[in-house]
Amino acid sequence: MNNYWYFFLFLIISIAFSVFLLAFISFIRYRKNESGAKRTPYECGVDPATPTARESYSIRFYLLTLVFIVFEVETFFLFPWAVIHDKLKLFGLIEVVIFLAILGLGYVYAWKSKALDFGRSLE
Amino acid sequence: MTNTGFVFDVLIPVGKIVAVILYPMLMTIVMIWLERRVVALMQKRLGPNRVGFQGILQPFADAFKLFLKEDIMQDQADPLLFKVAPVLVMFSSLLAFCFVPLGEPIRIGTYQLTLWIAQSPVGLLLVLGLSSISVFGVIFGGWASNSKYPLMGALRSVVQILSYEIPIGLTVLSVVFFARSIDLVEIVNHQSQAKIWFGFMLPVSFVVFWISAIAETNRAPFDLPEAESELVAGYHTEYSGMKFAFFYIAEYAHMVLVSSLVVIMFFGGWLAPFPNVPAFAFLKVIPGFVWYLVKIMFFLYLYVWIRATLPRYRFDELIRLAWKWLIPLALLNFLVVALIRYIL
Repeated sequence: MNNYWYFFLFLIISIAFSVFLLAFISFIRYRKNESGAKRTPYECGVDPATPTARESYSIRFYLLTLVFIVFEVETFFLFPWAVIHDKLKLFGLIEVVIFLAILGLGYVYAWKSKALDFGRSLE
Repeated sequence: MTNTGFVFDVLIPVGKIVAVILYPMLMTIVMIWLERRVVALMQKRLGPNRVGFQGILQPFADAFKLFLKEDIMQDQADPLLFKVAPVLVMFSSLLAFCFVPLGEPIRIGTYQLTLWIAQSPVGLLLVLGLSSISVFGVIFGGWASNSKYPLMGALRSVVQILSYEIPIGLTVLSVVFFARSIDLVEIVNHQSQAKIWFGFMLPVSFVVFWISAIAETNRAPFDLPEAESELVAGYHTEYSGMKFAFFYIAEYAHMVLVSSLVVIMFFGGWLAPFPNVPAFAFLKVIPGFVWYLVKIMFFLYLYVWIRATLPRYRFDELIRLAWKWLIPLALLNFLVVALIRYIL
């Protein structure tokens, strides 16, 4: 329990450090000259093509993120087994092999249905 | 009596916390100098060599310049998130160091000084989890800038970090499988008992982890989110002054963190090399944290070396590398390692 109390102390000190450093620097900065082109978005020197960037933008990787969730959850299911695998013996191994086989089937399906393709390889 | 209690319960922990916050900053300063100088020498240039001996004071001069720089926020940016993003990136990159041990415990009289702030039975998972909080900072920064290059840089960064998170998880799994613990200190202790480092037992895991780690930290050759020829500077294009410095420090702190994890999981942490050879027993005289720092510096140097050697990937190739090569490789490697372990 003591360990986590130190963690919260660390959390507080690191947040305070970041915030105060930023505040302190903005306090000692001596010159402020905000004008014209400085406050427009940076687009390599030309005037911005559109006033804001709040437009619909094709996010091609949303299928990847769905597959990501499956794999990430699967990894965290395997961690407890990895820690106590010597107590579960053969039973645990068979179960994990079945688990990974089902996952592998899903992976092959995702591959075949082009969920893992991205950008140029889709066209 | 109460006085010593105060020293041990409050002063020493707070001192350690301050040291652990300053440690990534110091490493950042060393790394900026090392990177500029080494890349310059590899490209037959001189690099910074004017400010101080061999240019060692150059990063301090750079930091001082950033302190005094004007802080610009463009008109259509989201004011709150624009300010929150650098702080989020900064503190989350510091936070992960809480569970990373910096050496074996040092015995001073009867008191045992542990070189880590907190030890947790799930330390490795906590470190991976805490370090991925910074992805929110990247999204917030890219979106709140309300400008095209930062938005695209942030989106690229997110999909890259997501994709390479899985090979990292799977390779960490094979280390945990051998150490039978998710505790970083226990993993090192296990390597000390086994008298072999996991990097030599699980070479495939190490290679996959290292490639994924370079991608996770957005470093060359996988620095697509901040590819300057396409996206200017990626998600921190619109940031200037100290806020830009925060993104910069966070990136280097992340590199130090990943190098620490590689050293702890695959190269014995603070253990001296050649534990089996009696002729090298004198190496154990050197304290653990020195070995640890030397190993970390080696991997940080490797980062710079790779950056100077390899050209940048194309983005769809980068994603294909993660999903069609590294993930199946890591899964197969894990399965083979588990089966071999059961047969032996």
